[in-house]
Amino acid sequence: MKKSVFLGALTVAGLTAGAAAAATLDDVKARGKLNCGVNTGLVGFAAPDANGNWDGFDVSVCRAIAAAVLGDPSAVEFVSTTGKTRFTALASGEIDVLSRNTTWTFTRDVDLKFEFTGVNYYDGQGFMVPKALGVSSAKELDGATVCIQTGTTTELNLADFFRSNNISYEPVPIETNAEAQPLYLEGACDVYTTDASGLAATRAAFENPGEHIILPEIISKEPLGPLVRHGDSEWVDVVRWTLNALIAAEELGVTSANVDELAQGTNNPEVNRLLGTEGTLGEMLGLDADWAARAIKAVGNYGEVFEKNIGENTPIGLARGLNAQWTDGGLLYSPPFR
Amino acid sequence: MSDTHAQSVAYVRDTMLPEQAPPVSEAGVIKWLRENLFPGPVNAILTLLAIYFIYKIVAGSLPWFLNGVWTASSLAECREILQGTTGGCFSVLTERWNQLLFGFKYPSDQYWRPLLAFVLLIVAAAPVLFAHLPRRLLVFSAIYPFVAFWLIWGGTILAPVIALAGIIAGLLVFRRTEASGFATASLAGLVSAVVIWWLGGFLSAAASDVLALRPVPSRDMGGFMLNMILGTVCVSLSLPIGILLALGRQSHMPIIKWICVLFIEFIRGVPLITLLFVANVVLSYFFPPETNLDLIIRVIIMITAFASAYIAEVIRGGLAALPRGQYEAADSLGLDYAQSMRLVILPQALKISIPGIVNVAVGLFKDTTLVSVISMFDLVGMIRGPILASTEWNGVYWELWGFAVLSFFVVCYGISQYSQWLERQLQRDHR
Repeated sequence: MKKSVFLGALTVAGLTAGAAAAATLDDVKARGKLNCGVNTGLVGFAAPDANGNWDGFDVSVCRAIAAAVLGDPSAVEFVSTTGKTRFTALASGEIDVLSRNTTWTFTRDVDLKFEFTGVNYYDGQGFMVPKALGVSSAKELDGATVCIQTGTTTELNLADFFRSNNISYEPVPIETNAEAQPLYLEGACDVYTTDASGLAATRAAFENPGEHIILPEIISKEPLGPLVRHGDSEWVDVVRWTLNALIAAEELGVTSANVDELAQGTNNPEVNRLLGTEGTLGEMLGLDADWAARAIKAVGNYGEVFEKNIGENTPIGLARGLNAQWTDGGLLYSPPFR
Repeated sequence: MSDTHAQSVAYVRDTMLPEQAPPVSEAGVIKWLRENLFPGPVNAILTLLAIYFIYKIVAGSLPWFLNGVWTASSLAECREILQGTTGGCFSVLTERWNQLLFGFKYPSDQYWRPLLAFVLLIVAAAPVLFAHLPRRLLVFSAIYPFVAFWLIWGGTILAPVIALAGIIAGLLVFRRTEASGFATASLAGLVSAVVIWWLGGFLSAAASDVLALRPVPSRDMGGFMLNMILGTVCVSLSLPIGILLALGRQSHMPIIKWICVLFIEFIRGVPLITLLFVANVVLSYFFPPETNLDLIIRVIIMITAFASAYIAEVIRGGLAALPRGQYEAADSLGLDYAQSMRLVILPQALKISIPGIVNVAVGLFKDTTLVSVISMFDLVGMIRGPILASTEWNGVYWELWGFAVLSFFVVCYGISQYSQWLERQLQRDHR
């Protein structure tokens, strides 16, 4: 708690610096590179491959923005941030956008003076326990030792959950997901708690995934999304609508494979507006007409990004669940391109 | 002799008996075993226990090494090959060795540059470390930092050459004007160096292609190379600074003394990790958004400050251990302060301080892994972040951490062996 107060104070102090450099879009264009804050490494969401190229679900957002603004999905300088350094990096202007599985909360939005531009993954905090423990509900976890990442919302949610259920627990603080894995497997903690997506990814890497279960309780809402600094609405719009373009593209059936064809013009006016053959949406953003087409061409629509990085055919194997389009019973709902 | 006792002694042997073999229990392997392993019941039990544990460790770990998989492309494939038998998945090392050593962003066709810099480091360090090598080699040691900078960071060779030229010019001017007083000479030297750097800045900006290697930004440094860079630079910078601080702390001039005391006590009172957070996070608030002082340089400054405070205290211990008579002897020879320190006091004080200095150096080298906390990708950062977070290698621990342990052990053990050798070389008393 002290730490977040300290970071908050720093952020406020940094606002002066942030406000001075308000026109982020112009800065990015002049620089020719997007500075994008990502995780130091989270399976499926952000990790460099054997050749050093960043890849992952959160990374795709950076690439889409770079493609939309600069026309080149590789014009991204990836700045890796830890849970502790991410907000100061953004507030101090070291990065233009933070795309690092960051939960949208009131205090981060209002008090830390950031602007969340949307949600690219609806997550929730869950628990994983070994089957041998014989627990079937999180409410039976009285007195359990719990591995938990420090400096995250999961830490606070956990305290809330145990307090409201009047049961006790013993936290084992850890720094990264990678650290939690061996600790949990060696039995240093009975329970591992983090976002359900992280639990699935962690469990998928186990030698015997069947020996562990993820408890049914999801104790928190964790809407993860990219965020930018307060006070630069033009840049907020660019990031928000690039994300919306990816989501809308899936809804409208635009994929990286057929975007070139559809960009010649279609019968669907919304597709035309999205891809820039009708209307002047790009111009309003301060970009050119085919900004969204470039972003979709570079990384694919939301569904493609999901399937490629964390979907059911990857080792992580996450189902769409809440992250399906609203037409399929999920929560993804892009405002209209009009 | 035989005559003297011929009547009093019945028999005197006048030839040597042939030598007999010693009793079995007092020679060879059995004696060694008896003396070293089984000298008494307690020790015998301890020996047997130790043998048992060694057997357990070897029997447990040998199959892991021998069955190791070196050719798989992911952890899942490793497990498929092993089919549940014990065995390490060393493929992660064969596939990601370059990332472990150089970080994931250093261009792979340029790996020869840091390697060459490392080989040259050995060449440059040799004359500093071994006094019997020809002194002329020290010239190369002096040039080495500039060569290494050019090799590792790339860019035009003019930049390091100009930096070197500025320093040489400054030294020359200092020598020329030394007669007019230390302060004046230092100022003159500084001014001339700055003038040369300023002029050279235009030159290197205009001719940025002269002997240019592909520039690699600091952000792209990583792996064990980053630990080596930080360790080498910070140790070699903190030693002279530490000496100055130690001397300053003993100075009779109050301002200098208090500056040194404040610096040392402040830095020693703060954990290194805090200083690193300051370097990473807080300093960027103090600079305008455009000026982005290199993160590596910020970190080097902080680690150097930290190490030099510790080394200063170690050397102060050495200075305090010298008998008062040594100082008085130096004074009575008519040496001035600089001479007496250089010729009489420091050689003895530094010799006493060697174990302490090496201790700080080894500790410092290992502390460079702390930079992983501020999201720099040193060896530990590479393992904790990108490699363990890749879908292929998520879940490989022993192999990676074993590699890290081995890398650090080799370097740290080397440093400590050198220091013991050096102590024996400098031994002047006959114990």
